[in-house]
Amino acid sequence: MTGIEAHLPVLQVVVPLLMAPLVILLQPRGLAWAATTATSLMAFLVAVQLTIVVLGGQELYYELGGWSAPYGIALNVDSFSALLLLILTGASTLALLAGKVSIDTQIEAPRQPLFYSAWLLVLAGLAGILVAADAFNIFVFMEISSLASYVLVAGGPDRRALPAVFKYLVMGTIGATFYLIGVGLVYMMTGTLNLLDMEARIHEVADLKPILVAAGFITVGLALKAAVFPLHMWLPGAYTYAPHAVTVFLAACATKVSLYVLLRFDFVVFQQNLVGHDIQFAAFLMPLAVLAILVGSAVAMFETNLKRLLAYSSVAQIGYILLGTSMVSVLGLTASLLHMFNHALAKGTLFLAVMCLALRVTDLNFSHLAGAARQMPWTFGALMLGGLSLIGIPGTAGFISKWYLISAALDEGLLGIALIAVIVIGSLMAVVYIWRIVETTWFKPAVDGNATLSEAPLPMLLVTWFCALANLWFGLAPSLPLRLSGTAAESLLQHLP
Amino acid sequence: MELLGLYHYWVFVVLMMIGFYAIVAKVNLVKRLIGLSLFQSAVFLLYITMSKVTGGTAPILQDGMVDQVFSNPLPQVLILTAIVVGISTTALGLGIVVRIKEEYGTIEEHEIQEINQR
Amino acid sequence: MSAETAILLSLGVPVAGAILIALAGRISPNLREAATLVTAASLIACVWSLLPEIYAGGRPGVQVSEILPGIHIAFQVEPLGMMFAALASGLWLINSIYSIGYMRGNREQNQTRFYVMFAVSLTATIGIAFSANLFTLFLFYEMLTLSTYPLVAHKGDEKTIRSARVYLGILITASIGLFLPAIIWTYSVAGTGDFTPGGILQGHIEGPLVGLLLGLFVFGAAKAAVMPVHRWLPAAMVAPTPVSALLHAVAVVKAGVFTITKVIVYIFGIDFLFAEPSSGWLFYASAFTIIAASAVALRQQNLKRLLAYSTIAQLSYVVMAAAVLKPLAEVGAAIHMLAHAFGKITLFFAAGAIYTASKKTELSQLRGIGRRMPITMTAFTIGALSMIGVPPTAGFVSKWYILAGAFQADNYAALATIILSTALNAAYFLPIIYLAWFEKDNTPAGKEHGEAPFAAVLALVITAALTLGFFVFNAPAVELESQLVKPLMQGQP
Repeated sequence: MTGIEAHLPVLQVVVPLLMAPLVILLQPRGLAWAATTATSLMAFLVAVQLTIVVLGGQELYYELGGWSAPYGIALNVDSFSALLLLILTGASTLALLAGKVSIDTQIEAPRQPLFYSAWLLVLAGLAGILVAADAFNIFVFMEISSLASYVLVAGGPDRRALPAVFKYLVMGTIGATFYLIGVGLVYMMTGTLNLLDMEARIHEVADLKPILVAAGFITVGLALKAAVFPLHMWLPGAYTYAPHAVTVFLAACATKVSLYVLLRFDFVVFQQNLVGHDIQFAAFLMPLAVLAILVGSAVAMFETNLKRLLAYSSVAQIGYILLGTSMVSVLGLTASLLHMFNHALAKGTLFLAVMCLALRVTDLNFSHLAGAARQMPWTFGALMLGGLSLIGIPGTAGFISKWYLISAALDEGLLGIALIAVIVIGSLMAVVYIWRIVETTWFKPAVDGNATLSEAPLPMLLVTWFCALANLWFGLAPSLPLRLSGTAAESLLQHLP
Repeated sequence: MELLGLYHYWVFVVLMMIGFYAIVAKVNLVKRLIGLSLFQSAVFLLYITMSKVTGGTAPILQDGMVDQVFSNPLPQVLILTAIVVGISTTALGLGIVVRIKEEYGTIEEHEIQEINQR
Repeated sequence: MSAETAILLSLGVPVAGAILIALAGRISPNLREAATLVTAASLIACVWSLLPEIYAGGRPGVQVSEILPGIHIAFQVEPLGMMFAALASGLWLINSIYSIGYMRGNREQNQTRFYVMFAVSLTATIGIAFSANLFTLFLFYEMLTLSTYPLVAHKGDEKTIRSARVYLGILITASIGLFLPAIIWTYSVAGTGDFTPGGILQGHIEGPLVGLLLGLFVFGAAKAAVMPVHRWLPAAMVAPTPVSALLHAVAVVKAGVFTITKVIVYIFGIDFLFAEPSSGWLFYASAFTIIAASAVALRQQNLKRLLAYSTIAQLSYVVMAAAVLKPLAEVGAAIHMLAHAFGKITLFFAAGAIYTASKKTELSQLRGIGRRMPITMTAFTIGALSMIGVPPTAGFVSKWYILAGAFQADNYAALATIILSTALNAAYFLPIIYLAWFEKDNTPAGKEHGEAPFAAVLALVITAALTLGFFVFNAPAVELESQLVKPLMQGQP
């Protein structure tokens, strides 16, 4: 399959990109959805194929139009990209497969082709970030995906989505602009935009101060996009008021792609060129990660809206991911990348179950959810499974990444003990807020019409349970994500001096 | 003299900060978008000033040119892209503002929050 | 069947049984009850079939999968686990018979869910008993916590939910906050978590860190109810009595002390721990728990709560015996798991029988009840005497071994604790026996009652007989558990 195989990296981006405008033309009912889902599935298959190639030990390198780097645009797929491509395309496909009914209730039929077109643009944009090997292309794709995701989030019936999207837009644009400034500064000093070329050329740069400034801008800009505490303010509003299928998609992958860029830039370009940067990096990120875990979980414990609770939980989970990277060790990075995968599984399941629930109940505030789960036991079961994975119960995917995180922390001596305490406290807080959900939806006496709810439609349940069982599968047989994360962590770290 | 010679960077910073201030301090959504626009324009300026080479001319090849210094075309191209992105963002932002006006009847942030609390 | 098959079947049978029970529950209650009994009987067949090999010195095992590099789901049967599994499976059958009588007698709701979760809990218990390494044990340990929660919260009313929340909160907090870090710490210093005779920590950890790690394990395994992580036990008394019988005799609490004993013998190693001064605190913590819990039991007026605190004390007998760190005491610890199981399950069966027949729960209501429910109260008396440790009951046998072990270690503090606690046990049990048999009946008119339903009475007769029988027929158990410490008794390293 060497013919097509060589073009896989670009196909990953081009297929959804081409389908996006075409989908707008598909006015008949359900056709737009079908086309989008088919495209997403195809993207997933491409991602799987890329993963297989990468697992065989190769890195895929592709030059657009035959122009070689650093003049031409190059694409690069390695294990880190493959891991995230799987998450991205998988999340998109699952959200679409399960989400048809939900989208039909939340978005009017005439507008649906536009909605699905935006979805494909988000998919194409995020995929583009993951395969791009030069900084400006990353910016372009980042903005494509961000703008399209603003459209997606604003698409729902809840008008509170609009101010939330406005905030998301403003903060996201500031983030992207900061990133652009940083890239500009690096370009000024090195004359190249290709990441690997940058890494080589920075050696020859006389004055490193602009590079340091650039690192700062890029880190802050990407932190904004990745909802790193305290720049996370846009996330709860955006996730809560977006259409439910959109939340499934975005919660599973959007912020992680920004983290991907951050790690790439930092480890490939900056770490080895700025003396002591790894200490700065750790010193900067570690406290933020700790705060994210503690504050995010704490706020989640007191939240009264189910989606917003899970959104704050996401803020905390991003903290876990950053905690692993801030340790700048193989084990820590592996834990971090693994958690990207496992969190996507857990949060995906949770939001899929929420989507099922939302189809039947009046709204997602705790006051209206009492006793709802008793009528919808299958939905509830999936919710529980996702919750257990989030907490990190053994046998679930979340446990594996927690294990690795704690093992990595053990290597850090006294600081590590404090970090372990933070991780454990975070898990216990997760127990509390997951338990609140369970107790409200299952044990409380039913309110309003909750006593006569029917279960969610079968196709939705099937997809939700598929995702839930994937949590169990990867909790008991995590070799695939483990290999990818391990290889990715090693390759990131080998750029270090 | 170094300081004055770098005046274009100062313009960039000042413009950026004005834009940033507008985003953060203003409550009217359109004014915020204006601030965002200013903010992005500042970055465009950074790139473009970056591309100007002393004594350089427009980067267009013509027959018979020899030993000609050109300004760097790459940042100019990058900025074209960024300008397009900026336009899209502003357009989208304004579209959202129009929708907010339809739904809430106001485009002042604090009033919107108040309506949401009710 | 081969030992490996027996091990895997022992885990698979209760799971399959759970599904069967769920399906049967949709058809008819009798079919469901039959499914439960068949599953329990099959489990006994699978588990007990391993006995001959273990007696002969064999240690069959099977590895299921590798989760992470160096971390497997694996099972291995050794004397302690064999005893635990045999106890759990045997008592499950009897408990199921009792449950039938109790649940029907009290016309309880959601009976199918009850029996299904029981089966799942037994799967978890067998998993704990047969685990070959810390990771597998932790996996099934958590499964046990989660699967017993619906059982504890069975009644579903406000008070029950609150107590069940305490139950879950303490167990999960201790597990994730203390037990898990201890496990990861062990894996990272020793490179493995496999249970190995003689322990795996020798040379990898020393000084006060040993005491700290031990503490994380002991308080992390909160199911053993060493103070101060004991509060979940009285909170769990809101459950229906068959659940209390399961918690206090069969699965949960025994899983806790089993874990601690297994960790002491197979992770730390008895000799290693004995030589480490920083581990001495365990003895005092458990002795304190024994005395304090017995003192609190003295003041209880609710029968089940009294039995709960009595259990906390009895569990710390096991921990204290294990902490004496001498071979005879380790045997005593293992035997006491058995003896306490028989006695306590009898006591709980009796308490539940009383409740089913008369709705009585407080001690003051039990005056003269011996004449109304003679079989039940005879069983209760036997159970109580076993708790005190009076021959001819099972409790006497285990106390004997623990005392012998204490002598072997010249541990006079242990001696004193045992004597004092025996006195306290007598102090709160004998008055109950007295007022049940010798005081005048104070049942209000119109609330007369007789014995409990037949199934319940049958069950408690069986367990009372076991309690008495163990006094005579304890040799097989002692011989099995002596294998635990054989190399040490022969003076081998």
